Amino acid sequence: MTMSATLAELVRDFKANGRIVIVGASLAGLRAAEALRQEGFSGSLSIIGDEPYEPYDRPPLSKQVLKGWVPADHTQLPRFRELDAQWRLGVAATGLDRATRQVRLADGEQVPYDRLLIATGTRARQWPNPAEAALEGVFSLRSRDDAARLQQALAAGPSRVLVIGGGFIGSEVASVCRELDIPVTVAERGSAPLVGALGGVIGEIAAQMQRDHGVDLRCGVGVSSLEGDARGHVRRARLSDGATIEADVVLAALGSIRNVEWLEGSGLAAGFWGVGCDAGGRAFDINGVATDTVYVAGDVARAPHVLYEYQFLAMEHWDNAVFGAEVAAHNMVSLEPDYRPHLLLPGFWSGQFGVNIKSVGVPPFGDEIVFTQGSVKERCFAAAYGRRGRVVAAVSFDHGKWLEYYARLIEQSAPFPPPPPGWDRPDVMKPVPAEFPAPGVPTAIPDVVLTGHDPSGRTAEFRPRGH
Amino acid sequence: MGEETTWQQALRYANRANPYPFYAELRKTPVARQPDGTYVVSTYREIVALLHDPRVSSDVRKIPAPASAHAPAAGPAEPGAEPITEAVISLEPNIITCDPPEHDRDRHMMTRHFFGPPHSPRLISDLEPDIRRIVADLLDRMRGKTRIDVVDEFAYPLPVALICKVLGVPLEDERRFHIWIEAALDALDFGPEAASEEMQRRLEGGRRSVQEFEQFLTGLLDQYAEQPGPGMLSAMVHDDGPDGRMSEGVLASNAVLLLFAGHETTVNLIAHSVLTLLRHPEALEELRRRPDLIVPGVEELLRFESSVQFWHTRSAVEDIEIAGTTIPKGAPIFLVYGSANRDPERFANPDDLDLERPDNQHLGFSQGIHYCFGAPLARLEVQIAVGEFVRRVENPRLVVDPPPYRHNQIFRGPRHVLVDIDGIRD
Repeated sequence: MTMSATLAELVRDFKANGRIVIVGASLAGLRAAEALRQEGFSGSLSIIGDEPYEPYDRPPLSKQVLKGWVPADHTQLPRFRELDAQWRLGVAATGLDRATRQVRLADGEQVPYDRLLIATGTRARQWPNPAEAALEGVFSLRSRDDAARLQQALAAGPSRVLVIGGGFIGSEVASVCRELDIPVTVAERGSAPLVGALGGVIGEIAAQMQRDHGVDLRCGVGVSSLEGDARGHVRRARLSDGATIEADVVLAALGSIRNVEWLEGSGLAAGFWGVGCDAGGRAFDINGVATDTVYVAGDVARAPHVLYEYQFLAMEHWDNAVFGAEVAAHNMVSLEPDYRPHLLLPGFWSGQFGVNIKSVGVPPFGDEIVFTQGSVKERCFAAAYGRRGRVVAAVSFDHGKWLEYYARLIEQSAPFPPPPPGWDRPDVMKPVPAEFPAPGVPTAIPDVVLTGHDPSGRTAEFRPRGH
Repeated sequence: MGEETTWQQALRYANRANPYPFYAELRKTPVARQPDGTYVVSTYREIVALLHDPRVSSDVRKIPAPASAHAPAAGPAEPGAEPITEAVISLEPNIITCDPPEHDRDRHMMTRHFFGPPHSPRLISDLEPDIRRIVADLLDRMRGKTRIDVVDEFAYPLPVALICKVLGVPLEDERRFHIWIEAALDALDFGPEAASEEMQRRLEGGRRSVQEFEQFLTGLLDQYAEQPGPGMLSAMVHDDGPDGRMSEGVLASNAVLLLFAGHETTVNLIAHSVLTLLRHPEALEELRRRPDLIVPGVEELLRFESSVQFWHTRSAVEDIEIAGTTIPKGAPIFLVYGSANRDPERFANPDDLDLERPDNQHLGFSQGIHYCFGAPLARLEVQIAVGEFVRRVENPRLVVDPPPYRHNQIFRGPRHVLVDIDGIRD
């Protein structure tokens, strides 16, 4: 028997008899499971999730659900095919033993695997003071239950909502509040909303947009403390500039924490920025060696990206979860030379204050920005980000259909600034500094992060300011 | 006059039933300059790139006069020659023939009254019972017949009734505007036959018809201005949305577009879908067994025979480098969707019909900011119509293949599709 015939036999045998465990039952976990079956994997498939629910879609939670258009439990993700999987929902994975190839569950059970997919994603960073965080009326927003609770609180007609953090979640919730005619204050430590993801130039536009919609936006301030009433309900917040805000609903929109604690002691390159893996989703061990049995996908994955100097990129984006899961699934049931890379150009969208914001590429990789189409005044425009004379990202406000053009420019490393459009030119088309916060300054946390070149990524550390 | 180009041959009426061999030849030069200075783009990748390129304009007013005059048979355009496209279809700019920011504002105003939350969340889905009733009625009327014309008896009546209802155009007026639309469509020609005496004569009629068509709709808009009525046109006349009201001329021009494009393309898609399925008995049988296949199936049928074969109002506002060619500033650009949808670089075995084709991102509705406005309505209509035809018509057999085609090159479709049938199921 030739070598390749032996390998083909191995793959066939694994597809028929292998055991695959997916830890994480959200978008990436579900799509990976479907992709595995699509690839012809007919062995045993277990899906473990700490939430009690079948996989659901998160983007509507901060938008349609909070507005009351869609109930929180109507967000279940569509299924593309039969899975024939063992679902272990409502039980978290608490440990990984790579020597015996077992996942340990919170209920003490050990689940054996031949191939493991880590898709544990992230969770919302909670308000750091536990006593204050426990006050009635203090929320975070990540899960279906979070959204249901916050929606109820908003529907009850609070006198004021305080949103701590002007990232995407914070800004979207502020937008919903205004749409529901609820007074809202946003406290952002950075110079403007969205500054971590899109820089100060765009942040300034976002800030103006919030103010025009009646948001009481306060930048450059932190929240020092939350105070409750006798019944333990939050009533006010003290800001770092000495001001007080009376509010009976507080949303801590402080970014996310990657769910990697359960991997402690596993010897994987798991840390603050996620689990390091190669571009094919194969997890790195702590020494930067790719494993053959453990794969990563979704928000918790960080992989080197060819377009961004091979820095490890962590992307908390919807399509990264979908496509990363499909690539990981393919590679889990393949052998060289059939491995496929996950070479996604990052992209995300947000809806706030009646504007659709979309982006491609990695804006924080850029240091300059130029408005290329439309009108900033009308909040209907496209802008490109550049670094050392090449286009590395773009952002649009109500101009999303043009992003494909910029995606091509980024993929081709086209010169920055790009050529002017034939019509609808902005008043000013001169590149200016994009004004991103210095690396390591944890203001509004961007949801796509360049995390350096080290596969174990242990140097990054989050230090909350003002506490 | 030199030899005819591949593009010119593709446009000849004799090749209307099967332009695909010419498209295949055309794709060997993805961006092909024509003798009149027009650049014809026939490959998927290049068309998608140009659909998203902000250096491409859709506004016919931005095409410098000499280059926009299409009289291909006469060789290079003569200055002062009348642009045929403008003569026939262009009034005030409509949303297909203008650029942002005009385009964005106008399309936004129209979308409010047509599709999606928060303003019109259910307009389309609530039409489903109407569509089912009309389709059932049309099929019931075929009982007792052994031969039907799929175009006149099935493909045409449904979309025209639907668009009249959506817009608030009295269906009784169909007989009048149908004649105008036919005359306008028959007058438009981009090929070597444009210069013929017959086409010159039709051009006169086409021009008159467009005027009458526009006058008819302007009259209706005036009527709605005095007395509000049902449908989108009246809603737009009385729009108090954030963008204000459309000027009367622009509104009339868009009304012409909506009424015409809102059914002609769907008629051709239904007729082509039936024709294509009858030519592919295995696909027809599969669809009969698995009715759910109609959803991806309609996408494939639209890829296979695109209702809009190409579009002709774009031009380069700057020099554009693409596929090793420079499209010079000012040059008209034709994007041949019908060819892109058969491009083997994008679609495996593009000449095979595969109702379950994976990743079927065809250009049948175009892409970018001019993506088909009526796509959600068209999808629903065609899914129901073709699905019910397949389910209810017993043993349908093509009588003439290929069937006779209509003259128009852009809105390509059969004039009649005669089919012998054994009966109509319940």
